[in-house]
Amino acid sequence: MSDNLIQEQIKQDYAYGFVTDVESVRAPKGLNKEVIQFISKQKKEPQWLLEWRLKAFERLQSMTEPNWQKPQYPKIDYQALYYYSAPKGFKEGPKSLDEIDPEIKKTYEKLGIPLNEQKRLAGVAVDAVFDSVSVATTFKKKLEDIGIIFCSISEAVQKHPDLVKKYLGSVIPLTDHYFATLNSAVFTDGSFVYIPEGVRCPMELSTYFRINASNTGQFERTLIIADKGSYVSYLEGCTAPMRDENQLHAANVELVALDDAEIKYSTVQNWYPGDKEGKGGIYNFVTKRGICKGKNSKISWTQVETGSAITWKYPSCILQGDNSSGEFYSIAITNNYQKADTGTKMIHLGKNTKSRIISKGISAGHADNTYRGLVSIHSKASNAKNYTQCDSLLVGNLCGAHTVPYIDNKNSTSTTEHEATTSKISEEQLFYCKQRGLNQEEAVSLIVNGFCKEVLQQLPMEFAVEAQKLVSISLEGSVG
Amino acid sequence: MLSIEKLNVSVGDKKILEDFNLKIGKGEVHAIMGPNGSGKSTLSYVLAGKDGYEVDGKIMFKNENIVELPADERAQKGIFLAFQYPIEIPGVFMNNFLKTSLNAVKKAKGQKEVDVVEFLSLVKQHAKKLGIKDEQLGRALNVGFSGGEKKRNEVLQMSLLEPDLAILDETDSGLDIDALKVVADGVNALRSPNRSFLIITHYQRLLDYIKPDFVHVMVNGSIVKTGCSKLAQELDKIGYKEFQKAI
Ligand SMILES: Nc1ncnc2c1ncn2[C@@H]1O[C@H](COP(=O)(O)OP(=O)(O)OP(=O)(O)O)[C@@H](O)[C@H]1O
Ligand SMILES: [Mg+2]
Repeated sequence: MSDNLIQEQIKQDYAYGFVTDVESVRAPKGLNKEVIQFISKQKKEPQWLLEWRLKAFERLQSMTEPNWQKPQYPKIDYQALYYYSAPKGFKEGPKSLDEIDPEIKKTYEKLGIPLNEQKRLAGVAVDAVFDSVSVATTFKKKLEDIGIIFCSISEAVQKHPDLVKKYLGSVIPLTDHYFATLNSAVFTDGSFVYIPEGVRCPMELSTYFRINASNTGQFERTLIIADKGSYVSYLEGCTAPMRDENQLHAANVELVALDDAEIKYSTVQNWYPGDKEGKGGIYNFVTKRGICKGKNSKISWTQVETGSAITWKYPSCILQGDNSSGEFYSIAITNNYQKADTGTKMIHLGKNTKSRIISKGISAGHADNTYRGLVSIHSKASNAKNYTQCDSLLVGNLCGAHTVPYIDNKNSTSTTEHEATTSKISEEQLFYCKQRGLNQEEAVSLIVNGFCKEVLQQLPMEFAVEAQKLVSISLEGSVG
Repeated sequence: MLSIEKLNVSVGDKKILEDFNLKIGKGEVHAIMGPNGSGKSTLSYVLAGKDGYEVDGKIMFKNENIVELPADERAQKGIFLAFQYPIEIPGVFMNNFLKTSLNAVKKAKGQKEVDVVEFLSLVKQHAKKLGIKDEQLGRALNVGFSGGEKKRNEVLQMSLLEPDLAILDETDSGLDIDALKVVADGVNALRSPNRSFLIITHYQRLLDYIKPDFVHVMVNGSIVKTGCSKLAQELDKIGYKEFQKAI
């Protein structure tokens, strides 16, 4: 096959690999105090936040990257990255949908995320983050009417500083670990959500992350606060152009659920996975953590991870309030040379806390997929309960699947349950499907979708169908 | 409909079918009987296009040599195989599987695909005739099905897909007496001047219900005798010894 043809083929597989031609304004290359000051200035941040960032940067100097994960990667040169990139002419701060650069508008149309409110899926509000900045938030007005704040984190810093100051870093401390601290120093944009007491958010809130510029790290920061008795369902989606070099996406996402509140957080991650030989792709090194601060609160993470060269993340729940519960539903698909090391941490602190973990790992090609999870039950967490189920599915003979569960139970009235299976799509199953008229790809997709149905069902309806398609697409060409 | 000429099939050093010849006309029902290991299932797999065999010879189906065609295309052209051992596919619900399959075949034939509502009414209608409970349609394909339930499920799929050539590999094995009758009725209902059947069985009883036009005796990978339905009755009495000796 000629190079061109191969390129064509790869492009077909990853439909979101195009680059938008917009001029961008960048921070000077590299990681240093000046760059952090530049970012903070661009965003017209108050002094306290600049100091907060600088404290993180200080701290970073004495930290080293963790290295216990299964997927290894070449050393990242942090001085060779750009930490801020915004479309030229971009004004920080609130803006109307008419002000968006038409090229960027087109980009989102192409990605199936029209920013025009009339064209949007009914019942879904979107915050669109392009490289380092939020370019648009839809349905803001409608949400404001019932007291819901849904905007970019940069805007929240300006308009709701008290809330940001109170909760930023309250779940993921500044000093947590290398990537989280790096994010705290240089984070650029992400979403902010506040649901007031007793309000049930009437629509899905979502953020769409797009990396466009090259050599640019994306350091997303998202903060969601569900006040007493409130409910919100939030979804994020991600894509990036195809580039030969690896790009870093190191996000921090913090969730806070107060008494009787519920947060449902779903991710459909489809960053560029690299080509079929494993060249390029996103390093998706993300810290996601939620705290069930109040009694009877609930946090549920659902993730469909199909993209990225390396996915390395453990969306976690700190179950502090009595009777609170945490859930983690995950599908991680790795194909070609992709690698994933993902799972969750459920930290039971309060009484009668419950957690449920359902993980489905699918490995194809030369890929490697690890489930790593911690269930920690503290001594005061009487009657805590955990149920964990980890299933791995192998497609072909060259891929790997691993399950690494850690259980730490310090309370004798508490119970943990762990089940794990590994299975393979057999030639016999494929032949059976083909005999019934399905082609290879339809057969694999049917079997895989069946395998992860339990998790797909957790996604908001509007996205379940999309996710199902994505599952099929990401396995195309994986067998045969 | 089907004409198999000089078909030789082997796996590694093992020869399984040797100079196998068979012609099945439109609307005909052929039965193949033969001792364990004589190559009946292998024949059915090779006709359906399973990979993993060295195949030599011609398989003419509706005047086209399909010997190089992949399994899915053969299925789309109208070949159906009811498996001797239907495989379990966890997580894939029967309803979903049947609908996907039906639409794949319809699409290939250039027919209009069915929507959920049409499909459900169609499948329930067929299932009812075969004594399959609706509850079973909501379960994962063949997972935890009893032997008989699996076999009925094969016949259900055949009824839905309306193939031109149906190959039934020991569909009667493992069925209780009543089920045998139900399955046979299912097959008979599908008999038509345009549809042919190849029925592999060990028991003459099935052939009491489904009257074949021809009965073949297969030993060591080839057909050693062909007769009418009386032959099945003879075999029932004398077994295969005579034929095995002849080789
Ligand atoms: N993949 C294979 N590799 C090696 N030998 C095989 C393979 N498939 C079939 N055979 C052998 O070929 C012969 C025919 O097998 P086949 O399953 O076709 O027999 P059958 O007539 O269907 O038998 P039964 O009546 O028991 O169902 C057997 O000896 C079997 O062991
Ligand atoms: Mg057999």
